[in-house]
Amino acid sequence: MTQSDYSNTDKIMMGERSPLEKTFDQGFRWLTLGFAISIGLILISIAVIIAVGAFPAIKQFNFSFFTNSNWNPVTDEYGVIAVIYGTIVSSLISLIIAIPLGVGAAVFLSEDFIPEQIRTVLVFLVELLAAIPSVVYGLWGIFVLIPITTVFGTWLNQNFGWFPLFSSPPAGPGMLPAGIVLSIMILPIIIAISRDSLASLPPDLRQASLGLGATRWETIFRVLIPAAISGIMGGVMLALGRAMGETMAATMIIGNSNRLSISILDPANTIASLIANQFAEASGLQISALMYAGLVLMLLTLIVNILAEYIVNQVKAKYE
Amino acid sequence: MITTTIGSLKKNSSSPRVILGTVMTGLSGLCMILTLIPLIAVLFFVFVQGFSRLDTDLFTQLPPPPGLDEGGLANAIIGTLVVVGIAVVIAVPVGVLAAVYLSEFSHGNKFATSIRFATNVLSGVPSIIAGIFAFGLLVSSGIVGFSAIAGGVALAVLMLPTIIRTTDEALKIVPQEIRWAALGVGAYNYQTVLKIVLPAALPGIVTGITLAIARAAGETAPLIFTALFSNFWPNISPQGLAEPIATLSVLVYNFAILPFKPQQELAWAGSLILVLLVLGTSILARLATRRKVY
Repeated sequence: MTQSDYSNTDKIMMGERSPLEKTFDQGFRWLTLGFAISIGLILISIAVIIAVGAFPAIKQFNFSFFTNSNWNPVTDEYGVIAVIYGTIVSSLISLIIAIPLGVGAAVFLSEDFIPEQIRTVLVFLVELLAAIPSVVYGLWGIFVLIPITTVFGTWLNQNFGWFPLFSSPPAGPGMLPAGIVLSIMILPIIIAISRDSLASLPPDLRQASLGLGATRWETIFRVLIPAAISGIMGGVMLALGRAMGETMAATMIIGNSNRLSISILDPANTIASLIANQFAEASGLQISALMYAGLVLMLLTLIVNILAEYIVNQVKAKYE
Repeated sequence: MITTTIGSLKKNSSSPRVILGTVMTGLSGLCMILTLIPLIAVLFFVFVQGFSRLDTDLFTQLPPPPGLDEGGLANAIIGTLVVVGIAVVIAVPVGVLAAVYLSEFSHGNKFATSIRFATNVLSGVPSIIAGIFAFGLLVSSGIVGFSAIAGGVALAVLMLPTIIRTTDEALKIVPQEIRWAALGVGAYNYQTVLKIVLPAALPGIVTGITLAIARAAGETAPLIFTALFSNFWPNISPQGLAEPIATLSVLVYNFAILPFKPQQELAWAGSLILVLLVLGTSILARLATRRKVY
């Protein structure tokens, strides 16, 4: 560099910041703030737009929406009790399958039964399970899972038909295969969060328990799982939220029947699958009723997710 | 109890405690295996069924009319690219800059906490709700009608939480000293962020965006009543973006429930493409996060 270059730089360094650049700097800050605010606005406008769309149906049906089990576009008579029941039961079936499997796998992955490298691969595979699009699970469910559950369901019906849950011969699509596919889809959430909360426990807990003479599994059952239980519960709540809102796999497998039936071998419907199935062809009051159902679904998942968030944060605060 | 064990420090392999431990270890391993069976089964069927239909026609031809054989899903592939492209154009700037505010300018104030909370709530919103939102915002209000744009907006809403969260995390990892150094030599805030901090966090941010794209490409529920479907070539022009458009995921859904064999085969082939996309991005994301700038 020559002498003149240096003096040139000097001038720039000594010079005042131009007002334009100062404004630009401030502007950039405000811009990022604006985008941050927009996240909150999006959330609010989702609720507002759906509520506005649902308004005609809310005015027409009010609370009878929750006591009527008919969903009849021909007579314009709509009620969601059957689909709320379907949403809750299919989610419960998926939780009953996924909780023991998920917590068991999480314990397996958080202990040192197998070398670290293999565990990393297994964790990756579990993540992959969450990444597969739900429509692919739906396709697989139609052509692979339903034939299997139909055989299994026929056996259940023939041998345990006296039990109300198995009281009908399987029709193919139904609550049971839908619950099974949902359980596959929520397993990764339960495993990931249970594993995180087990791994974040202070090592002193384990050392103290082993030092008192407890075996590994006594430590797991009496010390580690009780200490991590609120984290695991949070994961289960998140999984419940996912199962209730899951749409494609449910709509392709559950059979889309609005008839309320106690047997899990019968076709059923969930709020999400009802919307997916009818929205594109709906018109008039039916759209509004579907939006009302969407509002109900959104509130349900919102409550479940906020509870989950709260529980998981409590755990973080406890051990940090 | 105590007297029986005194004097023996050896592990008694027939004691109920030891047996229980072994059994439980086996059971937890079984849980792990049972978890992976569906993954293997899904991948197996998608690969076997999908590969049998994989040829050049798939990428160059339109889907056949019901009952006819052959054809491909070229229009759906283009459609997915268009709709996801629209979503990326909306979600990436909004998501990254919102995360920049949270991590760089908020100094952890109450407002930032509530925006992070809103992000988490948004990520729990069912995808079909995002579809109803886009429908209410753009379609029923008459702004664009059933279109690629409406589908893109719905997908953008679903991508935002992933992008914000991963960008936020990636920015947090960048060492504080680098920011001090930049400000110390007289850089403006925007220079520090745009030229120093964001480039340092780039691998993490790109990973987040890639994962969000892969997830969005597989989303179906928000598209079935926003982008609808089309059996024809998409019209690649500004007006074309305001018309219904085919996408891979909706094609898989529509064709899976048809009683025709050729359509079902196309559904499997479409699934294979979606699964390969997800597999590829997941593995790339793994490799990208392994490389660290600082």
